[in-house]
Amino acid sequence: MPGQSVGVVQSQRAHFDQALTLRSGGVLPAYDLVYETYGTLNAAKSNAILVCHALSGHHHVAGHYADAPNNIGWWDNIIGPGRPLDTDRFFIVGLNNLGGCHGSTGPSSLNPATGKPWGADFPIVAVSDWVEAQARLADRLGIDCWAAVVGGSLGGMQAMRWTISQPERIRHAIIIASAPKLSAQNIAFNDVARQAILTDPDFHGGNYYEHNTRPMRGLRLARMLGHITYLSDDQMGEKFGRELRNGSFGFDFDVEFEVESYLRYQGDKFAGYFDANTYLLMTKALDYFDPARLDGGDLVKAMGRSHPDTGFLIASFTTDWRFTPARSREIVGALLANQRHVSYAEIDLNFGHDSFLMEDAHYHGVVDAYLRNIKL
Amino acid sequence: MTTHTLGRPDFDVIAGWIEPGHRVLDLGCGDGTLLRHLIDTRGVQGVGVDMDDANVLAAIKNGINVIQGNLERGLGEFADQAFDHVVLSRTLQTVRHTEGVLREMLRIGREAVISFPNFAYWKNLRSVLDGRMPVSEDLPYQWYDSPNVRFFTLLDFEALCTQMGLIIRERHVLDEQGNLVESDDDKELNFLGSLAVFRLTQQR
Repeated sequence: MPGQSVGVVQSQRAHFDQALTLRSGGVLPAYDLVYETYGTLNAAKSNAILVCHALSGHHHVAGHYADAPNNIGWWDNIIGPGRPLDTDRFFIVGLNNLGGCHGSTGPSSLNPATGKPWGADFPIVAVSDWVEAQARLADRLGIDCWAAVVGGSLGGMQAMRWTISQPERIRHAIIIASAPKLSAQNIAFNDVARQAILTDPDFHGGNYYEHNTRPMRGLRLARMLGHITYLSDDQMGEKFGRELRNGSFGFDFDVEFEVESYLRYQGDKFAGYFDANTYLLMTKALDYFDPARLDGGDLVKAMGRSHPDTGFLIASFTTDWRFTPARSREIVGALLANQRHVSYAEIDLNFGHDSFLMEDAHYHGVVDAYLRNIKL
Repeated sequence: MTTHTLGRPDFDVIAGWIEPGHRVLDLGCGDGTLLRHLIDTRGVQGVGVDMDDANVLAAIKNGINVIQGNLERGLGEFADQAFDHVVLSRTLQTVRHTEGVLREMLRIGREAVISFPNFAYWKNLRSVLDGRMPVSEDLPYQWYDSPNVRFFTLLDFEALCTQMGLIIRERHVLDEQGNLVESDDDKELNFLGSLAVFRLTQQR
């Protein structure tokens, strides 16, 4: 792997007293955002990159904690000295979005009005709300304009939203494995995941914290389903095939095939640390994302709200069937129609939607090349 | 031997036809050398298209706006008449759907600029008469590793343009050294030219 990890990092917390009115009409009277930064903000404050996380991500994007060397950031392979998001050049900011479950204000936080966890009362948050909260964090950090906003999947949607909502505050958007809005199939997958959680007897209408329980079964199923859609058929075939754990059929419903074992393990692991209400919120934010909606569904018009000087790098993966390359090309087409500066790479990687998290010389080479041309 | 910009004589011809500030789409842009040159010397707004990973990476390194895609599968991302010029340099002979690509170029652009190796160049003909497929400056491949799938001559191309109702606005024919070949006789041009460069528009 070229370059190095950023090494030991620390998370920070910013408290905001100014109320945030959300797209859903809900109001957060005050809130916290946890974030991490890597590298140094230059004197001109022109070298800041915001990394936006996807459905299950958070602020711990790179490096590790001094007391937890194995807790490595979720996108460590792309960030660090000499890596594409080069901390020798850039000041990188990662945060946990509102509604999250890793320290920023979310459904498991205490509602100051009741002294109890928000639970079901936590308002629905939209991608545009996250962008607003991120803009306030940028203000706090003294960043007027991001050199780039970068994200994969739901993170890419935030980068896209930045170019529309805050066109003066973003010089480049790197939108990876994303889409201008979900397809019916995408929404359908999300709804099955939500139904798994909502129908879990331990869900208690979202107020499971008070019952000292968590809808682990539902969350586990939701994650198992999600996980299938993040991988490619080929990759699953290569990785698991029809391998049996014990070599022969057991003629029962225990774990038999390796793929079952893997999915159950992933489901259990996820259900052990993730909050079900956050999962519900994140999938709703995905479903609602449709920046062209306010322009009558006209994506060209919506992307025309971006600044003419903003540069775009759009990347997709050939085996991603959740957010296919065709979805990225829709964004590319809308940008071209607006004569925006856009480059598009369709990367041949075998890891389905999850490819965006993988380390690959060509993929990282493209991101690296794009970022190296950014003038600071 | 004259020296040519970037070692590509057809680039000089193409650059000469493009006015400052024009919007240029380069299909099969490679590492973006032509667009870089046009941006730096003519101040054009350029976009490239290439299907090859290494070329896309190289073009991005070159600071070019490049869209990864395959000409054969259409260029649906590009709106009608979005560009002043759509360039296809030394690529038409690698494309199967020749007519489709030509129509697509003139849908997207006001003008198509096309360069291609002329199979009827006398050295190529001599090579075939000698029993071997030609290998030259402008056809630099062995038959077994060539990306070229269509072999045609300057006159063949003009006949296709006529058949498709396309208007040839300008034509430059170059020899293997990249020098302009001039003649009033089309058959002589076809015989002496190694590389042809055309400017096409659609009938209005």
